[in-house]
Amino acid sequence: MKKKNNLAILICLFAVTIAAAVFVYQPLWQKISGFRPWKLGLDLAGGTYLVYEIDLSQVAAGDQALVVNGLRDVIEKRVNLFGVSEPRIYAEEVSGQHRLVAELAGIKDVNEAIKQIGETPLLDFRETIAVASGTEALTDFSPTPLTGRYVKAARLNFDNITRQPIVELEFNEEGSRIFSDLTEKNIGKPLAIFLDNNLIEMPMVKEKISGSNAQISGGFTLETARQLVERFNAGALPAPITLVQQQTVDAELGVDSLVKSLKAGLIGTLAIMIFMVIFYRSLGIFASLALLIYIALSLAIFKILPVTMTLAGIAGFLLSIGMAVDANILVFERMKEEIKRGLGRRAAMEEGFKRAWTSIRDSNISTLISSFVLYYFTSSFVRGFALTLLLGVLVSMFSAITVTRTLLRVFVRDRIEPVKNENKE
Amino acid sequence: MKTKNKMDLIRKKNVFIVFSGLMVLASLVLAAVFGFQPGIDMVGGTEWHLRFDRYVEPEAVIKVLQESSSDLNNLSARNRDDGIVVRLPALTESDHQKYLSVLEKKFGSVTEGSFASVGPTIGKELLRKSIWALVFVIIAISLYIAWAFRKVSRAISSWKYGLITMATLFHDVAIPAGLFAFLGWRLGLEIDTNFIVALLVVMGFSVHDTIVVFDRIRENILRSNIGRTTLKEIINKSVQETIVRSINTSFTLFMVLVALLIFGPASLFYFLLTILVGTVFGTYSSIFVASPLLYLWRPRQVFKE
Repeated sequence: MKKKNNLAILICLFAVTIAAAVFVYQPLWQKISGFRPWKLGLDLAGGTYLVYEIDLSQVAAGDQALVVNGLRDVIEKRVNLFGVSEPRIYAEEVSGQHRLVAELAGIKDVNEAIKQIGETPLLDFRETIAVASGTEALTDFSPTPLTGRYVKAARLNFDNITRQPIVELEFNEEGSRIFSDLTEKNIGKPLAIFLDNNLIEMPMVKEKISGSNAQISGGFTLETARQLVERFNAGALPAPITLVQQQTVDAELGVDSLVKSLKAGLIGTLAIMIFMVIFYRSLGIFASLALLIYIALSLAIFKILPVTMTLAGIAGFLLSIGMAVDANILVFERMKEEIKRGLGRRAAMEEGFKRAWTSIRDSNISTLISSFVLYYFTSSFVRGFALTLLLGVLVSMFSAITVTRTLLRVFVRDRIEPVKNENKE
Repeated sequence: MKTKNKMDLIRKKNVFIVFSGLMVLASLVLAAVFGFQPGIDMVGGTEWHLRFDRYVEPEAVIKVLQESSSDLNNLSARNRDDGIVVRLPALTESDHQKYLSVLEKKFGSVTEGSFASVGPTIGKELLRKSIWALVFVIIAISLYIAWAFRKVSRAISSWKYGLITMATLFHDVAIPAGLFAFLGWRLGLEIDTNFIVALLVVMGFSVHDTIVVFDRIRENILRSNIGRTTLKEIINKSVQETIVRSINTSFTLFMVLVALLIFGPASLFYFLLTILVGTVFGTYSSIFVASPLLYLWRPRQVFKE
C-alpha cells in the first residue's frame, strides 16, 4: 500500500517545516547561530536610496558597459569607506539612459554620504588639437579612453628640482597599455589632463611612455595634493554623474510599519484558518496545516535566496497567504460534488485534485504573468513585491496540492464502504 | 437538468451588464473630468515627512519655507501620521539641507521621517512604463486564456473566452481607477507606483474566478449533448455549481486585505484599498458579467435555442 510512503513523505515535510520555521524566526535562530539574518530593505531598515544619472556622452558605445561597471566599483569602494553595512550599488539601464543606484542602509549622515560620493575625482586625459584662429593659436581637446577608472593607486611625491608637491598615478595593466599608445601617438604634442572637467596641466609628450606611472604636477599645494591622492585612492570616476533621485527613510518609521504589517498578517492568517475550519470542517484543518507549512517554507526560501524584504514585499507575501488556500477551496468544493455523485471520500478526493487542476493551473499562471511584468517594469521597490508574489504562488501550488494531498491520503478514510463504481463519464 | 428554485442568471443578464456598463462609464467620466493627481514618482518632485517636538501647523511650515526662498512655489503641506508631509518641486541636496536648517531655526528640533526627491525625467519614464505594463498584462492574460481554452473551440471559439476576459479585466481596473480619480479630486489623493502595482495585482487575481467559471462551462459543454441542451442551461448550471467557490476564494483574500487595512501600516492603506475594490468588482464581474457576455456572444447555430 502506498500509505506508508505518504506517511514517510509527511514526516519529512513536517521536519523540513519545523527546520524552516526555526530558521525564519529571528530571536530563536539568533540563539542557535548568528549566520544569515533577515535581509531588510531600506524602507524597513531605514537608510538612503540614491539614483545617479551617468553621462556617457563622451564614451564610445562599445566601452559603455565597461565604464558603467568601473563606475559601480569605484562608488562601492567609496561607500565602503564610510562604513555602511552591506551597501547595494548597482547599475540600471532604462531606455538608453544609464543610471547608478546606491542603497545605503542604516546611514546616519546622508548629506555627508552624498557629498563624498559626489567628491570622487573625475579624471581624464585628452588629446590636443591645434586650431589656428586668426593670430592666436587656440587649442581644442578631444577625449581619449584614458580615464580615472584605470588608476590603480596614487602617491604623493615631490619634484626633484622644484620641490613642488606632485601626484603620482599608477595605472593598471589596461591603463598602462592605453597610456603608452596615447603617448606614442602624441609625441611632440601636449597631452591635457583634466580633473573634474578642469584643465590641470598640459605636459609635452617627449617620447612613448611604456611604464605604468604618470605624474601630475599642477601647481598643487601640499594640502590639495594630499587630498587628491586620498580621493584617487578611493577611486576616480570614469564618467560624470548627477544625483537625480533621493529617498531617505527613518528606521523608526520602518520598524513601526513592519510590526503593524506582521500583526495584520497574523490576524488575516488566523481568520482564514477559522473560516476554512468552519466551512470545510476536518478538511479545513488540513488546509490550515498546509497554510502554516506554506508560510514557513516560503519565508525560509525568501531568507535563503535572499529576497530583500521591503514593506511592499511583505504586503505581497501576505496577499499570497490569502490566495494560498484558493487551490484548497477549489479541490474541496470539487470533492463535495464528487461525494454527492456517490464516490467514496478517498476516491472523491483523488478526483477532486485531478479535476480542479486545470483551473488552479490557469489561475496561477495568470498571477505569474502579472508578477513577471511587475518584476521587469520597475524599480527595486516594486521588485521585492513581485518576487515575493511570484515565489508565493509557486510555493502555494506545492503546499495546496502536494502537501494537502499527502495529508489527506494519510488521514482521510472512507466513512462508508468504498463505492466501487468507476462511473466518471 | 432541473433549474427550478435556482437562480436564473441569464434571464437577468441585462441588469448585470447594464450595471457594470454604467459603473465603467461613470469611472471613465470621472477620470476624464477630474483626471488623476500624479504622485512625485510619476512627474517628479519632493515628498518630505517631518516630525516636530511640538505641534506645528502645516500652514506655518509652508509660510516659513516660502519666506526663506522667493522662487519656491508650488508647495503644499498636510498632517500625516504623527508629522507633516511637505510637497515641493524636485530639490538638490544642498537645497534640502538649506530648508532643513531654516525649519530647525524656526521650530527647534526636526526629525526627518523620510525624504524623497525624484527628477522629472525619471517620473515621466515611470508613467510611460506603467501604462505599457497595464496594457501588456491585459493582453498577455487574455491570450493565455484564449490558448488554455483552445480545446473547446468546437462549441465556442476560444478567442471569445480571451476577449471576454479582456473586457472583464478592463472593467476590474477601470472602476478602482475611477474611484481614485474621484478621491484625487475630493481628498487630493495621488496615484503613484503603488497604484499601478495594485491594478496589475487586481488583474492577476480577479481573473481567477473568471477562469473557474469558464473552466466549468468548458467542462459542462464537453459533457452535454449540445444539440439538446441550451447554452443558457449550461451557463446557469455552471455558475450555480461554482458560485460558492468563487466567493470563498475571494473571501480569503478579502479577509487578509481587511486585516491589513485595519491593522496594517498607514502608508499601504490606499494601495490595499485599490486591491480590495478591484477584488470585489473582479469577483462580481467573473460571476455576473463574464458568463452573460459569453451567452450574448454564443454561436446560435450550434446550441439549441
